[in-house]
Amino acid sequence: MSVIVSSLEQRIRADNLKESPLSTQEYFVNMGPQHPSTHGVLRMVVKLDGETVREVIPVLGYIHRGIEKMGESFGYRQFVHMTDRIDYLSALINNWAVSMTVEKAAKIELNDRIQIIRTIMAELQRIQSHQLWWGVFGMDMGAFTPFLYGFRDREIITDIFEETIGARLTMNYIQPGGLMFDIHPNFQKRVKDFLKYFKPKLEEYETLLSGNVILQERVRNVGIMDAKTAISIGATGPVLRASGVKHDLRKLDPYGVYDKVDFDVPVGRIGDCWDRYWVRIEEIKQSMRIVEQLIDNIPEGKTMLMKPAVKIKLPEGTYYSQVETPRGVLGVFVVSDGKDKPYRIHLRTPNFNNIWSITEMSSNWRLGDLVAMLSSLDVVVPDIDR
Amino acid sequence: MDNQSLIAAVTAAANNIKLREKADRAAIEVPAEGLLALMQKLRDDAQFSFDMLCDHTVIDWLAEGTFEFVYQLYSMTHQHYLMVLTRVSRDNPTVPSVSSLWKIAEWQERECYDMFGALYDGHKDLRRLFLEDDWKGFPLRKDYKDDFMLERPQ
Amino acid sequence: MNWEIKTVAMFASEALREGYLGAAGYIILGVVAIAGFLAVLGMVLIYAERKVAGHFQCRLGPMRVGWHGVLQTVADTIKLFLKEDIVPFQADKVLHILAPLFTLLGTLLVLAVVPFSPGMQVADVNIGVVYVTAVGGFGVLGILLGGWSSNNKWSLVGAMRAGAQIISYEVSATLALLVVVLFSGSLKLSDIILSQEQGWWIWRAPVVGLVGFVIFFIASTAEINRTPFDLPEGESELTAGFHTEYSGMRFAFFFLAEFINMFIISAIAATLYLGGWMPFHIGGLDGFNAVMDLLPPGAWFAGKTSFLIFVLMWFRWTFPRLRVDQLMRLEWKILLPIGFVNLIAAAFMVMFGWYYGN
Repeated sequence: MSVIVSSLEQRIRADNLKESPLSTQEYFVNMGPQHPSTHGVLRMVVKLDGETVREVIPVLGYIHRGIEKMGESFGYRQFVHMTDRIDYLSALINNWAVSMTVEKAAKIELNDRIQIIRTIMAELQRIQSHQLWWGVFGMDMGAFTPFLYGFRDREIITDIFEETIGARLTMNYIQPGGLMFDIHPNFQKRVKDFLKYFKPKLEEYETLLSGNVILQERVRNVGIMDAKTAISIGATGPVLRASGVKHDLRKLDPYGVYDKVDFDVPVGRIGDCWDRYWVRIEEIKQSMRIVEQLIDNIPEGKTMLMKPAVKIKLPEGTYYSQVETPRGVLGVFVVSDGKDKPYRIHLRTPNFNNIWSITEMSSNWRLGDLVAMLSSLDVVVPDIDR
Repeated sequence: MDNQSLIAAVTAAANNIKLREKADRAAIEVPAEGLLALMQKLRDDAQFSFDMLCDHTVIDWLAEGTFEFVYQLYSMTHQHYLMVLTRVSRDNPTVPSVSSLWKIAEWQERECYDMFGALYDGHKDLRRLFLEDDWKGFPLRKDYKDDFMLERPQ
Repeated sequence: MNWEIKTVAMFASEALREGYLGAAGYIILGVVAIAGFLAVLGMVLIYAERKVAGHFQCRLGPMRVGWHGVLQTVADTIKLFLKEDIVPFQADKVLHILAPLFTLLGTLLVLAVVPFSPGMQVADVNIGVVYVTAVGGFGVLGILLGGWSSNNKWSLVGAMRAGAQIISYEVSATLALLVVVLFSGSLKLSDIILSQEQGWWIWRAPVVGLVGFVIFFIASTAEINRTPFDLPEGESELTAGFHTEYSGMRFAFFFLAEFINMFIISAIAATLYLGGWMPFHIGGLDGFNAVMDLLPPGAWFAGKTSFLIFVLMWFRWTFPRLRVDQLMRLEWKILLPIGFVNLIAAAFMVMFGWYYGN
């Protein structure tokens, strides 16, 4: 068996710049790592023919921090901190993924208070993430105002988090065995105020951006990805659901109290940018529904069931659990050799898979469409690189 | 399909399949030679129809001198999971590439090459994914050392 | 009411009879006035844009430098002038340096014929409309050269976009201008304003005037590269488009030209369709007209122009950006046919006298 290892330079030279029938020359441009619409340090080598995109080669690793390697020298409780930093827009849900893996392995049964608070927090985080995405999407389409509207409303949830958790971005709140703290006495009231405030604002989102004829022109039938491609790429979350696959771990493999609440899974029709947009907007509504059902029903109980100072040791074996983050399925794969540190810890991050769909859908679209597609995928770059 | 019947069906489908103990979901161990054929069957057979390669990674068992390749399969139609593991020697960590079956495998395998130096036979475009092309060594191997690494006091 | 048109050029030609010195004095006065106006207007517009944007976006805009941030643009200008001027490696240095000047020059020259009020205009060219179109098209040269000479692919894409876009939309804008030229029977801007004494062309020429105005406004928005037609800059697509590689003062020139262009198209639209400095008159209602005359013509001009500038800002902070092929479709398949039909309709209306106040 012989395996050939190539390099990026060879990859680009592989199909060298041919003269096309109209004898316009194709050329390569680096989109990123410093580019306004790649949301961080994603680099894409784009082969262009005039304005038309012929090929996209994502080049990753500009924010690779070796979190998996670090995880091998951290305890489980310490590793939760790392997950805040992979997908910073769904920090709480990432915390939950690791905590859930540990709890399942250590066979800890959680009480309802912990589960319900976790679910509320996760849904608030989902709303917050989608708000930010909505703003950024508007900005990528050339409208700057949605960006600030999105941030304005996100700020309210961030304040609610700050009051209970003390942090605004890297929260580290959901711990193996429970929660870092109990909720703040104001929490329920403020969440209810937020829901009351945000419902009319969501309509404003729709009138400002969704219904705009230019936006509709830009996103309808652009970047279509059918369900089969989406599945073979391993896309999850809104990207997969927009392609018409009703796959949501909250329904299929319920964790927390998702099996006890009533909500729908919005599904797109053809998998274009508009479907991805619509699915996310609908998800905000569904998340608000979930929070509404739970916020008045938080029972009494302890919020931490494991002794915080004791090192967690998991029995030997492999453990895999996954949660549905705003961007898709986050899986945590732990190989334990019975010690207090994981022998190997691997994160199956949603964006790693989702980003590759850009290579499938972008060819023969315009440069502006590439931006729209990238934005509709809602990538968070640290989550790809880890 | 639930775990038991899934494992029973998979073991019936091919030879040399061992059940993986100490795993929290259905998991099988297969030799590297039969991997591609088994994967093909798992994807195309209607009773399995594992149309999604959810995750692929490698575990470095330094003490035993082996690499363990982990494939997490998921079926959208049946909603069941299967973990397929295969072991090869650390000296020649080559397995057949499954990138012809699932597109995402192309990049997952590139990540594993990048981090472990695992080689995939039949991969079209095997190159580093995260690190530079001229990086020395494979960082997620247990015996990886470089000049900047901090040694934790034991 | 009799409007007496006085321009700097007229004073200069009168002075020329007595000697070169006086004429030169008037010419220098005109140039200094335009240059000063350019700088001040640029700052005011940038400040206004930031404030308007701020309030559209539920924030305050600049607040720190001076009262409500009025000195913010002054500070920014000083910063831009003091910044290092970078010419990229292997760029075409001469063109790179000249490009912003070309753009600014095009803008500056148009400003010379803008009629601010009966007594305030630098030159009243008898082919004013042709002059505006011709000189206004000069700006694209600077953009093309700037993008070309920067030695950057993003800049080049931006410049090519700008070239295609501006040249295409100029066709529609000119067709829309011709409508008013037909109705007023003159190319001279002061004559066009005087022809609107009985009412503005936007409503005196039923439907045709309104359609012409809308086409002109849309096409000019595209010509000056503002959202939703800001593809040449297309921040999220091309980083900054044609001025990616510009810094310091040269960037400031592009920036200034962009803002002055916004003023110019608003002023031209106001002049041709909304009566310029002419107060709001309704033919036959002398009492009403007399009340309207109480406001000085300069204030009317300022009011109309500011309103149109505000509408442009409103566009910018509301709309997303079009895609490049949609942009071309809008021009060649929608605006241009409508513009032609509109022009033909206008010709018939002029021929048969089917308009108000005839």
